[in-house]
Amino acid sequence: MSDEFKIEIVNPEKSFLSKEDVNEVVVPAFEGEMGILKDHISIISFLKPGIITIQAKSGEEKYYVEDGIIEFKNNTLSILTSYILNLKDIEKNKLQELLKNAEEESNKPEISDQLKYLADQKVETLKSIN
Amino acid sequence: MASLDDLKKRITSVKSTQKITKAMKMVAAAKLKRAQDSAEKGRPYSEKMNNIILNLSSGISDKETAPKLLSGSGKEQVHLCVVLTSDRGLCGGFNANIIKKAKSYFAKLNKEGKELKIITVGSKGNDQLKRVYGNKIIENISFKNSKNANYFDAEKVGKIIIEKFEKEEFDICTIFYNQFKNVITQIPQAQQIIPLNTKSDDQNNSEDNYEFEPDEDEILGNLLPKNISTQIFKAMLENSASEQGARMSAMDNATRNAGEMVDKLTIEYNRSRQAAITKELIEIISGAESL
Repeated sequence: MSDEFKIEIVNPEKSFLSKEDVNEVVVPAFEGEMGILKDHISIISFLKPGIITIQAKSGEEKYYVEDGIIEFKNNTLSILTSYILNLKDIEKNKLQELLKNAEEESNKPEISDQLKYLADQKVETLKSIN
Repeated sequence: MASLDDLKKRITSVKSTQKITKAMKMVAAAKLKRAQDSAEKGRPYSEKMNNIILNLSSGISDKETAPKLLSGSGKEQVHLCVVLTSDRGLCGGFNANIIKKAKSYFAKLNKEGKELKIITVGSKGNDQLKRVYGNKIIENISFKNSKNANYFDAEKVGKIIIEKFEKEEFDICTIFYNQFKNVITQIPQAQQIIPLNTKSDDQNNSEDNYEFEPDEDEILGNLLPKNISTQIFKAMLENSASEQGARMSAMDNATRNAGEMVDKLTIEYNRSRQAAITKELIEIISGAESL
């Protein structure tokens, strides 16, 4: 028996990615990174800014997300996110721009603790990509 | 009977109108394809979102502690209606249908003695509603500058709604839009988004035991605002597909009508031309006979 499962990533505009030969996915869940293998218990969680790593038969892929919700059920992992980028396709300028925005946001004085935490996460992730 | 010159002018003017409507039909057809595509592509997201929320809310046993966006504020006094229309006209009954649906709903609320607040999205709806319900409109949002419906616009509307809900400015929120069925059929819809209607699909909820991280309440609290933006985005996508569809069929009709009119005018033109010739002949003949 193979230990592959299905992943679907959708954003509001379209179905972003769909793969059937995934072995492992690591997602930046809100309370820490989480690895998901086949036959994981049904779970719902949401994401913080970070990197999604997909280990598939066809190779490894990495995506940058800013937020999202994941649902794992019957060996199908659904990720709903409003902002996702393939790390391969990100250009340097775009990255700098995102980083600048995130830094600005995190330095706003009136920001709430939770938002500040999210913005800091964003900055950290973007820096690690660089 | 109009003179030959007048008829000729009218024929040319109808013909040029026909050219315009034909061009508009073509443009709408091209845009329709794109709008329809994005409406279809956007569906999985809102469906999945809905499913997750249904699963989550069925897991919540204690309705008292549930987030207010789900359970409502406990009252039903103040209704907020968000009416989504287009920014442009010449699209047949598209805007009129939404307005009609909304107005009948408003009338019902009035009869029940409920308070009404309106947010209009799109300038056409605002134009039509402000005559009767001008004092009820609390906000008018227009995205004239964005070419296509996009998620950021929807998020903006969602944020405004949530902000008002948190300030307890209303109890129930309903959005009005046209659902795209096919090019000639668009169904005006009224959808309640606050509090969320979770009864719809209850029967297919199996005994799934989900693990939640963090707990249900926190996820719901995070998810529900997003869901509102998503539902609005869905409505905007359906609306833009419907708008193009409605415009296409309206312009198709207009082109056909113009064609019929040109035919009729041409017949009339030829008839009066022949009448003039006959008249001249009679004059010549009777002139020759009298000699």
